Amino acid sequence: MSENPNDSQPREDSEYAVVMRNVHKWFGPFHVLKNLNLNVTRGEKIVICGPSGSGKSTLIRCINRLEEHQEGDIIVDGTELTNDLKHIDKVRSEVGMVFQHFNLFPHLTVLENCTLAPIWVKKMPKAEAEEIAMKYLERVKIPEQAHKYPGQLSGGQQQRVAIARSLCKRPRIMLFDEPTSALDPEMIKEVLDVMVELAGEGITMLCVTHEMGFAKTVADRVIFMDGGEIIEQNSPQEFFDNPQHDRTKLFLSQILDHT
Amino acid sequence: MKPISYKIGEHPDLPPPASVTGPLAWVRNNLFSSPTNVVMTLVSVWLLFELIPPMLNWMLFDAAFSGENRDACRAQAGGACWAFIAERFRLFTYGFYPAEERWRVNLAFVLLLLALVPVLYDRLPLRKYGLYYSMVFPLIAGWLLLGGWGLAPVDTDQFGGFMLTLVIGVTGIAFSLPIGILLAMGRQSSLPVIRLVCVGFIEFIRGVPLITLLFVASTMLNYFLPKGTVFDLLLRVLIMVTLFASAYMAEVIRGGLQAIPKGQVEAAEAIGMKYWQSMRLVVLPQALKISIPGIVNTFIGLYKDTTLVIIIGLLDPLGIGRSSLADTKWTGLHNEVYLFVAIFFFISCFSMSRYSLYLEKKLQTEHDH
Repeated sequence: MSENPNDSQPREDSEYAVVMRNVHKWFGPFHVLKNLNLNVTRGEKIVICGPSGSGKSTLIRCINRLEEHQEGDIIVDGTELTNDLKHIDKVRSEVGMVFQHFNLFPHLTVLENCTLAPIWVKKMPKAEAEEIAMKYLERVKIPEQAHKYPGQLSGGQQQRVAIARSLCKRPRIMLFDEPTSALDPEMIKEVLDVMVELAGEGITMLCVTHEMGFAKTVADRVIFMDGGEIIEQNSPQEFFDNPQHDRTKLFLSQILDHT
Repeated sequence: MKPISYKIGEHPDLPPPASVTGPLAWVRNNLFSSPTNVVMTLVSVWLLFELIPPMLNWMLFDAAFSGENRDACRAQAGGACWAFIAERFRLFTYGFYPAEERWRVNLAFVLLLLALVPVLYDRLPLRKYGLYYSMVFPLIAGWLLLGGWGLAPVDTDQFGGFMLTLVIGVTGIAFSLPIGILLAMGRQSSLPVIRLVCVGFIEFIRGVPLITLLFVASTMLNYFLPKGTVFDLLLRVLIMVTLFASAYMAEVIRGGLQAIPKGQVEAAEAIGMKYWQSMRLVVLPQALKISIPGIVNTFIGLYKDTTLVIIIGLLDPLGIGRSSLADTKWTGLHNEVYLFVAIFFFISCFSMSRYSLYLEKKLQTEHDH
């Protein structure tokens, strides 16, 4: 950490949950994130939307280093993401993530899915880990499924297990990558309900989703991305009622026509 | 069945009619479901009728179980002469292991069976301690078989027969799996040097016949190693057989690793697991499960390939058989010898195959069970 460009203003960065400054990322020759700047305050709920390929998933995947950015700074809860594995571990211990396709471990039971990280990463005794896991499984309303395998549950139940799994390490920031896009329509609500409840608890949330109803109820800020850039960001009310940019208007007209 | 009407929404699940389940239905569905099927069934029954009784007659009812030599057998009955096998049974089992020390082989065999229990059966109480024992078993077995530290030393060129097969087979199986896993992971490594070494090793070993490697082990290594190094022939064979099987194992496991969706590793990383943790706890358990048929296939191949050591002068059961057939007392009894050896191999390989099926079924987590 010899060349930390933030030394002049460390306090400011660590006051935010996430700071992204002039972030660029390429997949091979493809420029996916272009000069992104984003400050997320603690406890803020942010919904990110945009057409597919706009870089919204890549953006949140950079926050827990599932993707590496090539230029710019990303500072998560005061820790700058560099190649230093200790920093990555620290960030990952504070950031939970929920995936579009759940990514539960199919060879482990629901309970084992939830206790894996606490037992092996946090070295917690098994009994304590199970107690915490059951607490979160109750929060997502499926304690009775604890001893089943993920393959025996419905999509909505699996996604709720995935939420419980990431909550088990008590993250301060939660990332959701299109958590309801792979679900059958009748299961979307049960997952969104859990997310709304979670939002009420002061956790910082960044959520890539096209559920505009969710955005309206929960979000403090809605961000619209296209072509690797943040085109527009605003409070949900302003964003939906009074979009500024033409591309935002086009996008909103396309997704809201059907809902 | 008389028609019963239920209110809409209250129709219970009824048991299926007998034509769908019972044994008669099974026979109809599986043996006589179509004209082709009927013909196949009849032909099979006829073939079994023609084959089984003569085989049983030769093997059992017309067989001679005692006798001094071939002619004594033939005088008793026209079938198999098992007296030959009976006389050579110890040779087949222990090779030239000194008679007064054979209890050590027996003990090692019993200990092997005990060591297998915790490995194969995961519901054993106190399995963890059983596994510790399984891990030290190779040392105990090595001590028992080779001697030293209070036991009379036995040279490895006295090893032979089924015992030799088991020594090579079990060693190869026990070590090729972990080495294969490491090679498969190395082949997918993001570090080019590791990847290159693993790919080079795998492709070289796979591109060369096992016999060539055994020859290298038995003769060529003497040129490469410093003069005066004593490097036991059997040990060299063990190393070569293990490396050979590892290369195949690596490719089988690589297939399993590639079948695991990227999201599994990402989920493991996202909850904070390190590379080795995510491999051990998330990726490998799934990849190995998918690879079970291929892994056991490789095990069985390796086990049967142990017969190739005959070429460099080690006396496996086939080697013992061949040298026994040279005895003028018992000339011409090839069928008995090869059938006997075949039965031994079949029992071992069939058990492995059955166990793999059991394991696949047990690890099935997709549906209710």
